[in-house]
Amino acid sequence: MKTRTLRMNMLKGLGLSTAVALMVACGGGEGTDQAAGTNTAPEAAAPAAPNADLITADQVKFAETIDQGKVAKGKEIYEVKCQACHTLGSNRVVGPGWKGILDQRKPEWIMNMILHTDAMLETDPEAQAMLEECLVRMPNQNLTKDEALDVLEFMRTL
Amino acid sequence: MKRTTVITALPLLLAAGIALPLAQGCKPANTKSAVTGDAASKVYVPPGKYDEFYNFVSGGFNGQMSVYGLPSGRMLRNIPVFSVDPEKGWGYSEETKPMLMTTHGFIPWDDSHHVEPSMTNGVADGQWMFINGNNTPRIALIDLTTFRTKTIIEIPNSAGNHSSPFTTPNSEYVVAGTRFSLPMGGDAQRDVPINTYKENFKGNVTFIHPDRETGKMSIAFQITAPGVDFDLSHTGKGPSDGWFFFSCYNTEQAYELLEVNASQRDKDFIMAVNWKKAEQYAKEGKGKMVPGKHFMNHYSDETHMATSEVVEQVLQLDHKELKDLLYFMPCPKSPHGCDVDPTGQYIVGSGKLAALIPVFSFDKMIKAIEAKDFEGEFDGIPVLKYESVLHGEVKKPGLGPLHTEFDNNGFAYSSMFVSSEIVKWNVQTLEVVDRVPTYYSIGHLCVPGGDGAKPWGKYVIAYNKITKDRYLPTGPELSQSAQLFSIDGPKMELLLDYPTIGEPHYAQAIPAELIKDKSVKLFKIEDNKHPYVSKGEKETKVVRDGNKVHIYMTCIRSHFAPDNIEGVKMGDEVYFHVTNLEQDWDVPHGFAVKGAANAELLIMPGETQTLKWVPTSVGVKPFYCTDFCSALHQEMQGYIRVSPAGSNIPLTWNTKSADAGL
Repeated sequence: MKTRTLRMNMLKGLGLSTAVALMVACGGGEGTDQAAGTNTAPEAAAPAAPNADLITADQVKFAETIDQGKVAKGKEIYEVKCQACHTLGSNRVVGPGWKGILDQRKPEWIMNMILHTDAMLETDPEAQAMLEECLVRMPNQNLTKDEALDVLEFMRTL
Repeated sequence: MKRTTVITALPLLLAAGIALPLAQGCKPANTKSAVTGDAASKVYVPPGKYDEFYNFVSGGFNGQMSVYGLPSGRMLRNIPVFSVDPEKGWGYSEETKPMLMTTHGFIPWDDSHHVEPSMTNGVADGQWMFINGNNTPRIALIDLTTFRTKTIIEIPNSAGNHSSPFTTPNSEYVVAGTRFSLPMGGDAQRDVPINTYKENFKGNVTFIHPDRETGKMSIAFQITAPGVDFDLSHTGKGPSDGWFFFSCYNTEQAYELLEVNASQRDKDFIMAVNWKKAEQYAKEGKGKMVPGKHFMNHYSDETHMATSEVVEQVLQLDHKELKDLLYFMPCPKSPHGCDVDPTGQYIVGSGKLAALIPVFSFDKMIKAIEAKDFEGEFDGIPVLKYESVLHGEVKKPGLGPLHTEFDNNGFAYSSMFVSSEIVKWNVQTLEVVDRVPTYYSIGHLCVPGGDGAKPWGKYVIAYNKITKDRYLPTGPELSQSAQLFSIDGPKMELLLDYPTIGEPHYAQAIPAELIKDKSVKLFKIEDNKHPYVSKGEKETKVVRDGNKVHIYMTCIRSHFAPDNIEGVKMGDEVYFHVTNLEQDWDVPHGFAVKGAANAELLIMPGETQTLKWVPTSVGVKPFYCTDFCSALHQEMQGYIRVSPAGSNIPLTWNTKSADAGL
């Protein structure tokens, strides 16, 4: 499965360079300028921006005491956006259960899975290993960074 | 065999042969020769690149609005409007059914002809598109952040809403005119012999106000008009802002065999409406409230459902009592298109049976009104002298002029239905400067921004009525055919043929920049105010209310919750209220249950949609996701058990979390 992912990435790379080559090949004339719509598709042109704004360890520092206000907010978000796939036990339903999750994953890794899901699934070997196991791409549930920190705080209580 | 070939080829040759040479000396040897070498590169949009323009095309007898990218001609979206659409559950889900309610009940179809953008200072602003329903008179407003129909208003005291939904330069009003005049009033006034047309049949033009904040529409006022056929219309702008122009035919007031009887007079009319004056009369309380029951249906993106409001009366302004509202300009032979150039100075009437195109001057019209330069009256409306209001005539433009669009360089492009061509002419000098054949029988045409104050130009698209040999044959019925021409150079140049889903009339094209970055990607689940929403699986449940069973269900890749339901009985009405918990772009889920008599649901991220299901037999019935959502899409399924009426099986349902054992 991992090889397949890699191969897919390679193919994507090939596809891109082919397109570029074609454009160069027929470039030069007025034709090319008028050829295309001038709009770039940002999503397509730059798929996942790996590493670009991934969260690093120094950006996620836990305070010594658990902030119960944030825990409550995190639990509320969990129930709407996460619970359908993640139990609070240790068993996997769609994704892994969250019991003791912070013993297994670094906080910044969890933050990145929440906020930069696609980039992680493209580049991070551990995320890819999870995908091989779960077979459902984790959805990006469009949380803000603060909301993700609330969920993280909630995880500290599990 | 040979003989057969000759016979079948003959009508084709005749069709092309009659049409083209009449208007022009030479016709291309064959259609291929019309395309020059680098046409392909001019329409090629490489993978991963976007088109330059959105092209909104009316659906005609298919009742929708479809969206294409230009210059590629790729179809991007089919927006259901007046016609039900099983793909999106439009008109099938409980939330969308009210959108199609009218005083005639639920109407699942209409004939949608003309697309008009919301405008600011006479230029498309990318907020909305409007489209008319011709058969059961309605106007729809399409929200360009969601590409969905947001509002549909019914037009009372109207029939054949054809000269619609054109708007004033700041979309203060959207207009609707009666193509078919009718006897109006109470039952006694409406139940009259058809041959009393002249005495009893009336027309009117309606001005509808769309609210910029909410997108709701309301009828501001309706102006009475003589019993003729109002065909098309366009707003004045610049110097002519405050006026609206409608073409009318059947000034003979015929009511049978109109083909002959409505083509008798040399001239019909362009009707000039002083809407600023009408607005003033309305404000001064000079109108009368008259019966005019109609529906206003509005879809909320907060509650994710449509509601209908019923309005009983409309404000009517009587053109015979209130002076200076309407004027007639004589226009040769059953005018169809009624188009105003970007400067707002010139009004082009396209007499479909005329051998010329008259161009009227707004300044001359105002002078003639001031000088009372009238040749008579028609039903109390002053008729201005043709010569006094005429800027000039385009001589021998071709046969069967229908519609005119404009570029930003002072040129007009007119479609010629009978001679199958586009004719380019100079608005000032009225000289024909270029012509190209179209394949075949062009109806409407579209230049990006071509009916606005500042056309973007660049292309003209022909929407052809007859497709014939353009594509691989598909039996007796063929798709419609659009053709894209470059108008950048002095000569129009054919770039591309592309098939269109039925059945284009008018269209609009506007730059992608005005729309693309405002596109809604998902609905925030936190903001979902649907009364049956489940914000998370924790809120899922099944509730019985008499014989109604409400299932609060969620979906996310790749399961429903609950997915086992028991205790439903024969005679129950089951409502699946399905909330999509996904919060990512382009991840809808579908929902279908065996034996459902309506259609599937397609539920956008963060949205709740409802499918009503009345079980027809006892047993266990499956339901499943219809939109391939993930590698485990096939596993996204569940069961509902239906027991006999009077059974005492309790209502139960599962939740995965409970099963999972915390």
